[in-house]
Amino acid sequence: MKRVVTLLLALVLSLSLTGLACAQGTLRIGMTASDIPYTGGQTDNGFEGFRFVGYQIYEPLIAWDLTRGDRLAPLVPGLAESWEVRKDQPTKWVFKLRKGVTFHDGSPFNADAVVFSYESIKKKDAPHFDPYGSGQVSFRLASLTGVHKIDDYTVEFETNKPTSFVPYQVCYMLIVSPAQWQKVKDWRKFAEQPSGTGPYKVTRFVPRERLELEANKQYWDSKRRPKMDKLVLLPMPEPTTRLAALRSGQVDWIEVPPPDSIPQLKGAGFQISMNSYPHNWTHTLRLDKEPWSNKLVRKAANYAVDRVGICKSLLNDTCIPATGVVYKGHPWFGKPKEIYEYNPEKAKALLKQAGFDASKHPVKAVHLISTSGSGQMLPLAMNELIQKNLKDVGIDVDLQPVEWNTLLTRWRAGFKTADNEGLNAWNISWNFLEPWSGFGRFFHSKAVVPVAVNTMPYINPEADKLIDEAERTFDVPKQNEILARLHELVVDDAPWIFVVHDQNPRALSPKVKGFVQPQSWFVDLTAVTVR
Amino acid sequence: MWTYAGRRLLLAIPTLLGASIIVFAMVHLAPGDPIAAVMPAESSQAEIEATKKAYGFDKPLAVQYLVWLGRVAQGDLGRSIATRRAVILDVRDSLANSLVLALSSSLLAFGIGTALGLLAAFRQGRWLDKAASAIAVIGVSVPHYWAGIILIIVFSVWLNWLPAMGAADGGGPLAYLRHMTLPTVALALIPLGVITRVVRSAALDVLNQEFVLALRAKGLAARRVFTHVVKNSAPQIFTVLGLQFGFQLGGSVLVEAVFSWPGTGYLLNLAIFQRDIPVLQGVILVLATFFVLLNLAVDLLQTLVDPRIARH
Repeated sequence: MKRVVTLLLALVLSLSLTGLACAQGTLRIGMTASDIPYTGGQTDNGFEGFRFVGYQIYEPLIAWDLTRGDRLAPLVPGLAESWEVRKDQPTKWVFKLRKGVTFHDGSPFNADAVVFSYESIKKKDAPHFDPYGSGQVSFRLASLTGVHKIDDYTVEFETNKPTSFVPYQVCYMLIVSPAQWQKVKDWRKFAEQPSGTGPYKVTRFVPRERLELEANKQYWDSKRRPKMDKLVLLPMPEPTTRLAALRSGQVDWIEVPPPDSIPQLKGAGFQISMNSYPHNWTHTLRLDKEPWSNKLVRKAANYAVDRVGICKSLLNDTCIPATGVVYKGHPWFGKPKEIYEYNPEKAKALLKQAGFDASKHPVKAVHLISTSGSGQMLPLAMNELIQKNLKDVGIDVDLQPVEWNTLLTRWRAGFKTADNEGLNAWNISWNFLEPWSGFGRFFHSKAVVPVAVNTMPYINPEADKLIDEAERTFDVPKQNEILARLHELVVDDAPWIFVVHDQNPRALSPKVKGFVQPQSWFVDLTAVTVR
Repeated sequence: MWTYAGRRLLLAIPTLLGASIIVFAMVHLAPGDPIAAVMPAESSQAEIEATKKAYGFDKPLAVQYLVWLGRVAQGDLGRSIATRRAVILDVRDSLANSLVLALSSSLLAFGIGTALGLLAAFRQGRWLDKAASAIAVIGVSVPHYWAGIILIIVFSVWLNWLPAMGAADGGGPLAYLRHMTLPTVALALIPLGVITRVVRSAALDVLNQEFVLALRAKGLAARRVFTHVVKNSAPQIFTVLGLQFGFQLGGSVLVEAVFSWPGTGYLLNLAIFQRDIPVLQGVILVLATFFVLLNLAVDLLQTLVDPRIARH
């Protein structure tokens, strides 16, 4: 009898185990991108491209640890096991590469692959130069000037100046298979049968419709071997289409459900996943012209905006109020003197102090906003509320809505063009994944348009000094301290109207298990299962 | 008739050239540019300028247009900026999908619309006539993208009977049929309304002519009278059918966007937002060609059906 029971138990156990092993399923994701992000290595469609295509098929030398949601995602060894700057020559970085890694096509990963990938981005006369991919990522590797092989598993990068930001650049350089490229000798063909080292490999590519990937069973990191068998990516730019596709069971995961659908989705048993990540939604002000040239007026505007109201009433808590470039709890937040809360009385007092008056001498400004766009959340509704908030304290803002693409084009050109001369601000959302994106490109005097995107322009020698110092500081905690001081300075100067930080909502079917939403723009899909 | 067809074909060339110039001008006059659309939001003006140069978008517009035209004359529609695929491939795939929808929705609309219109004409003033007119009015007035959204909510979200978006998930003909059902219905609404009304009034016109009275007075069976009426109203109906089919092909942008149906409308929509000029030009050129040819075919068909329409 005992033996029978044991046998039965063993049978049940083994059955359930095999059940587990084959029931890991397929995850179908509805992306906001209007097309399948470029699969030929240096991907497009911004960080959504990196999120679902770039970092799934390929890997960088230095990667993001996306396995936890309780801290800002840190950089960890990827295809490089370690790296360090040469003490004697701080413009040279030595990377020790991981051994025993193979590309999806079976060829080995080594120093040649790193040099090849680098040249595809930076060496314009190389036969394997990829002009399209280069345009997508080259500027993220701005400080890198060269790489050479020391031995099969060691490479040395060179930079144009001593900079501690190198790891924050190398993390965007995805390593492609030179062997696969030699087979096809054309980046478009490579993109149709791509080969990287990442946890997923492409099995089917239907342009503009779907990309199918399967688990890379040979993935080098046994802890991160995908638990599900298949990943399907579908471009769905229309929010209502994404919502309908999720609710009708055509996909298991959608990015950015419309905020007003969230209570409904929750009620129907769907999971809503959210977390803070380096995103801010702001009005970037023009500082060389009235009225925003006056710091008191800028502070007044920051005190006039009801951020809690925007998050609660408009966005169903899919965002948190922003009182600076980064959010509270972020290593660069520091201790700003001003904490911008909703305080219309204070705003009015500041305006009065600045010499303005709601009835006799109101503040007038023209702000360019978009009608939609990646990361822009609900720009029209949010801006109408902000306009009302500002009007209440005596700031008359005329909102000029344009299409997203137009807004980006006009913004890049700066305020001093014929089109933009009449403007006083633009409403664009940003990332602050690393110090240059967060601060350097906006607040350094050397980043004024057209070099980078300091459009305001914000010229502050103290800020320049802090940014340069952070760049020269190779010790990360010390660097964070310097950036926190910079952040305190920027918050006090208020060159932006800080509004909200998005919480990156996504809706998942109840069948999706094991997903942890990191504090990042990217995701780790290896632990996810679909039952 | 063949000289007529030849002349019409020759006349199509300036029409198409004109269409391509208008499209080219409109795309370039609209704010935003193709390179900025595919470059990351964070890239600076300097980087954009460099990429523009690499793609030849820094040349004067007239030069860009002539370069494009020269390639089209050799049968090369260029490459998409966003996907770097040959435009001809994108156009081919999407056109096939759109033709399927245009055909299925046209058949649905023509079938039901003609039947309803004829029934209404022969039962003028009765409840069937009123019902048909009501259906026609609804068909013409309801925005089809709105109808599409309602169809999705009812049949995909609530009832879970039919898929909400996409073509087939590589699942074979049955899956394809399931996917095309809702967009077909949504797309059939407008032509259904138009055709019902046109057929009804065309048939009524003929019914009110004296020869019908004469036929009836002669004691011809109702069925034979019906055949005569249909034959006499056919030319007018054909014109509308042809035009409607053309509209179905080019006018499905909104429905295809709502259902993410990978046809020409969806492709156009994408290309507009990505400022993907080669794709935009290619799709519009091909659609315009289709429209011209379709009109010609309808004209020729009319002369075949009704020899009274003399062509010179």
